[in-house]
Amino acid sequence: MNPDLRRERAAATFNPELITHLLDGSPEKTRRRREIENKILSDPDFQHENHNFLTRSERYEAAIKKSAVMVKKMREFGIADPDEIMWFKRLLLGNFVEPVGLNYSMFIPTLLNQGTTAQQEKWLHPSTGLQIIGTYAQTEMGHGTHLRGLETTATYDPKTQEFIINSPTVTSIKWWPGGLGKTSNHAIVLAQLITQGKCYGLHAFIVPIREIGTHKPLPGITVGDIGPKFGYEEMDNGYLKMDNYRIPRENMLMKYAQVKPDGTYVKPVSNKLTYGTMVFVRSFLVGAAAQSLSKACTIAIRYSAVRHQSEIKPGEPEPQVDFQTQQYKLFPILATAYAFQFVGSYMKDTYHRINESIGQGDLSELPELHALTAGLKAFTTWTANAGIEECRLACGGHGYSHCSGIPNIYVTFTPACTFEGENTVMMLQTARFLMKVYDQVQSGKLVHGLVSYLNDLPSQRIQPQQVAVWPTVVDINNPDSLTEIYKLRAARLIDIAAKSLQGEMSHRKSKEVAWNLTSVGLVRATDAHCHYVVVKLFADKLLKIQDKTIQAVLRNLFLLYSLYGISQKAGDFLQGNIMTGSQITQVNQRVLELLAVIRPNAVALVDAFDYKDITLGSVLGRYDGNVYENLFEWAKKSPLNKTEVHESYHKYLKPLQSKL
Amino acid sequence: MSSRAHRVSLGDSWSQRVHPDIESERRRQAFDVERLTNLLDRGARNTTLRREVESLFRSDPAFSLVNTYFMTQKEHFQAAAQKRFLLHKMAQRLNWPEDGLEIDYARRALSGDIILGVHTVATKAIISLGSEEQIAKWVPLCKTYQIIATYAQTEMGHGSYLQGLETEATYDAATQEFVIHSPTITATKWWPGDLGCLATHAIVMAQLICSGAKRGMHAFVVPIRSPQDHTPLPGITAGDIGPRMGLENADNGFLQLDHVRVPRENMLSRFAQVLPDGTYIRCGTAQSNYLPMVVTRVDILTSVVLPSLQKACVIATRYSVIRRQGRLRPSDPEAKILDYQTQQQKLLFPLAMSYAFHFQAVSLLEFFQHAYNAVQSNDTSLLPELHVLTTGSKAMMTDFCAYGVELCRRACGGHGYSKLSGLPSLATQVVASCTYEGENTVLYLQVARFLMKNYQQIWETEGAHSQRSLPQSVQYFTMVHHDKCPAQNASDFLLPEIYTTAWAHTAARLVEDSARHLQVLTQSGADQQDAWNQTSVSLVQAAKAHCYYVTVKSFQDAVKKLDSEPAIQLVLKRLCDLFALHGILADSGIFLYDGFLSGPQVDMVRTAYLDLLSLIRKDAVLLTDAFDFTDQCLNSALGCYDGNVYERLFQWAQMSPNNNSQENPAYKKYIQPLIRSHGSKL
Repeated sequence: MNPDLRRERAAATFNPELITHLLDGSPEKTRRRREIENKILSDPDFQHENHNFLTRSERYEAAIKKSAVMVKKMREFGIADPDEIMWFKRLLLGNFVEPVGLNYSMFIPTLLNQGTTAQQEKWLHPSTGLQIIGTYAQTEMGHGTHLRGLETTATYDPKTQEFIINSPTVTSIKWWPGGLGKTSNHAIVLAQLITQGKCYGLHAFIVPIREIGTHKPLPGITVGDIGPKFGYEEMDNGYLKMDNYRIPRENMLMKYAQVKPDGTYVKPVSNKLTYGTMVFVRSFLVGAAAQSLSKACTIAIRYSAVRHQSEIKPGEPEPQVDFQTQQYKLFPILATAYAFQFVGSYMKDTYHRINESIGQGDLSELPELHALTAGLKAFTTWTANAGIEECRLACGGHGYSHCSGIPNIYVTFTPACTFEGENTVMMLQTARFLMKVYDQVQSGKLVHGLVSYLNDLPSQRIQPQQVAVWPTVVDINNPDSLTEIYKLRAARLIDIAAKSLQGEMSHRKSKEVAWNLTSVGLVRATDAHCHYVVVKLFADKLLKIQDKTIQAVLRNLFLLYSLYGISQKAGDFLQGNIMTGSQITQVNQRVLELLAVIRPNAVALVDAFDYKDITLGSVLGRYDGNVYENLFEWAKKSPLNKTEVHESYHKYLKPLQSKL
Repeated sequence: MSSRAHRVSLGDSWSQRVHPDIESERRRQAFDVERLTNLLDRGARNTTLRREVESLFRSDPAFSLVNTYFMTQKEHFQAAAQKRFLLHKMAQRLNWPEDGLEIDYARRALSGDIILGVHTVATKAIISLGSEEQIAKWVPLCKTYQIIATYAQTEMGHGSYLQGLETEATYDAATQEFVIHSPTITATKWWPGDLGCLATHAIVMAQLICSGAKRGMHAFVVPIRSPQDHTPLPGITAGDIGPRMGLENADNGFLQLDHVRVPRENMLSRFAQVLPDGTYIRCGTAQSNYLPMVVTRVDILTSVVLPSLQKACVIATRYSVIRRQGRLRPSDPEAKILDYQTQQQKLLFPLAMSYAFHFQAVSLLEFFQHAYNAVQSNDTSLLPELHVLTTGSKAMMTDFCAYGVELCRRACGGHGYSKLSGLPSLATQVVASCTYEGENTVLYLQVARFLMKNYQQIWETEGAHSQRSLPQSVQYFTMVHHDKCPAQNASDFLLPEIYTTAWAHTAARLVEDSARHLQVLTQSGADQQDAWNQTSVSLVQAAKAHCYYVTVKSFQDAVKKLDSEPAIQLVLKRLCDLFALHGILADSGIFLYDGFLSGPQVDMVRTAYLDLLSLIRKDAVLLTDAFDFTDQCLNSALGCYDGNVYERLFQWAQMSPNNNSQENPAYKKYIQPLIRSHGSKL
């Protein structure tokens, strides 16, 4: 092991293993995860090529091969539990994706959520064994997050009891679905249902697109790959054009809405239930944000402990991580990664809890969960996106090379800001919920859950525009006090946004125009609300930690997360008279102190994430810290190094020289 | 040639028809786009020449850029080599002058996607570091490509910090040779462009050791590949450093030197030389050494960094008037996404930056000329300031342009993730510049050092005449101004004096705070280096505020000079206002902190800012048209002049090699056996 890293690990004040247990959920889960990981690592069937040196079509082929092996091995290892599947795939996929991924993450869950028992019986078994490879085709070339704008139609023909699926325009061509281009033979297609001459909005249909056996596109189907992307190179994101293509009536997913053989439309009991998959995927993305950020952070911090750049003092080359500016870049990101880990597991638990109540017919918590996941999905993916890029930049020039692994992490993660609901649209959905809650509070209703702080608004406690009510005593080392001031900031910005919305509405007639003219402020308010939620959940988590050493270590991360946030958004806290200038000075000073406090534990804190090198896919972030030898070995594998003299020399350089 | 015919790519059948949604944007002509283009080109004659050059590349498929999206790294590199070769032939045929604008315009037309970028830099390094004889020997060889040179400075373990480099050049008086050697693996030269497969020679920066003494970094011309068959020479290990986010045309390479001997004459010796007996002599100061570095940095800013941001703005803005989503009024058709306030907030700041940085680059070039002329008459006094202005501009422009391009990319939703949008390539091109040619944090700290030095000077010479000695960019330190901003209402914040003063005040305050902090630490016994490190976060903050102030100031000065073009002046002033106010809102804490701005004043700034968004929105398409990029060089299915986004996206996707056949060998090879094995288990 590299001596620098050995020193770092020896100097840590806590045992990272204990934090690993906390992140996994229990020591038993950590044990089981490692057991699975070690099985994979010792299995010769998992010798796969390094994606970085492959062309796009080679990567596609390698990914398909890997998926096939994974299916086989999961059967062999008896892995079926969702957590275990996740661990299994996380290790093997590393920073990449699998073309059959949507079969598992969208096709099957949608079938389970929206299909009748008969439909599940028919489709579920073949799709788990990949006889049917399904994808989920919602987005069209001209239409994304705004669902109602989709143009694909499904017109019912009672004579033959079929739906005619049609893509009427260029903009209606299904565009982007993963695995659609070359891999899938079925797609769940979202289309406008038309029956008895009337449009009933979007419904889901199972559409066969390729012939089982030959894998050739079926007549009436035009399907293909949408071309190269920023990342996802191994994924065949595709397009799909359906030309008055007929499918049987039974292919409409009919657990909720139905079309009778004669064409009669039967409305679903509640349209909220179809939210299910969407809410699940979005709450999952919060956890994904935490994972990607944690990986990037592991790489950058380990590398910074190994890299010796300039000298703080002549003759004493210090590792990069001793530079205050480097700590200031990386440690707040480390704290954020921990915050999001805890928020991610909270979201997962909440989803399962609420899903159970839904099962028992209780839908009361669904609106808040829906609003919470939308906003937090946007908040965490935006923050993680910026954080990953910051980690890459903190690795200097080598961060730009694929050897660092961070470019792959970035390009694989960044679509999360636009897919499953574009982030600005997500923020505004949560804003709509917050405005509704605000109105309820104004009309004297008591609200519950994470928005309950808005109950205090009408009373004298929070008066956003008045000077000198605040600050009260702010203890910048106290989690409760910090949570409180984030709450005040959120309340103030929500109040301002609501008032300016009302103001715009009194000037203009249309609600939509007023909404648009307030939207920048609404996004700002929602951002503050989400920030408060993250701070609160992190503070709550601290209370649940038994071990005093671990609690102390995480408490410092909590303080850094909250105080750094205040220092970045100092304007909000000053303008609302939540804090004074001299308190801000204290905050800034305390942030710098915390950097020094966290410094000795930095490497141990990323070790606690417990990523195997294969998952990180990084030469710079190796556990053993032997960066440079391996960097050289890695470069030698570059396809351009296969010959000593590159052909371009003969073709272009030679003639260039001889022309003169 | 009319400007419109020029912009529309010929040969695309749908270009006959301009999309009505973009046509309607151009109907409103609040200013003359052509005149603004001329202004950006710094003269109508340049515009004409540029279009002439650009038109040369339009019909030749060898110059196509779309194809590169579907290439492997290797094929892309090959294509860039071919383009460089064809360009060279063209330049010869048309007798283009060596350092003329034609070559710059050709590079722009090809989006810089050609090889041998560093060869030019290395040639310039020989000119500035070499003696007269050395220049006479090597430069003609470079210019006729008899040798291909790279500039090998960065090592695997060492980047922006020059003194840390490990490569050694030890003088051997017995043979009058230097022995160039990489003593460790971290000493391997890593990243230099044109090194991986191309270079025959390297300008190697190495630690000079003669007569047993270390003499610091010097440059040596080292032959690395055979002039006959291009194989590496004995003692040389060289190759490609492997795949990167972008820069497929850069040929970044590595180089290990195992006791490679070069003659004494190969040390570039304008500023220092080693006599045959090993005596080391310095000749004059190396201060004008700055000049080539300044030229390289300014060139990167104007030819790579700024155009990337401008193109991203063109693409995202055009796409945002074609893309429709949701309704603003229930009775309306779906709205153009550019009509959403949140979309305006995302896109109009990058647009304002595009113009702000253009004018900053122009003022930098003017200052450069000024300083260069002074150097010609042996006055080097302006060089430190020139160096710092360039350093600060490099750090700020690359930071902000990288941020802006990525913002534009994400503002295009899912399609911004497709390479066919052109945006991922722009993003990877521009982010590279944040770490090469000096890592930005290191650069901000260099700016901070300059600020500290000048600030301390005021203290030390606190007298009536101290101001005269301050460099112009920091004269605001001593400007007498109020403790509080005098603005009374939102429209006051559209007065350039108001916001420029706000930036000057706050930058000066942050500089002062850092200086105090440093002083307190040193007075309490910390040594200089520790004190500096413990202040570095606030030093970077001060340097950033200073750079922002400099940009606002140069933009404002440029707008002032446009009195003869009132319509253009008006639209550019709005962008200048937006640029200044955006910065205040993004970091309002530093303005509120000492009470310079009050809470209600920040609200006024916000009101003024939101009003500006809707005003600038009306001119947004024309303001991006004025950059006058050809469709070919934008290379974007989303951003073409005619607005036919979806047809082009569909057509380009058909070019994907994955669509060549309906066969799927991977499916047959791996999925079908899997299904069979599964079936047999049932």
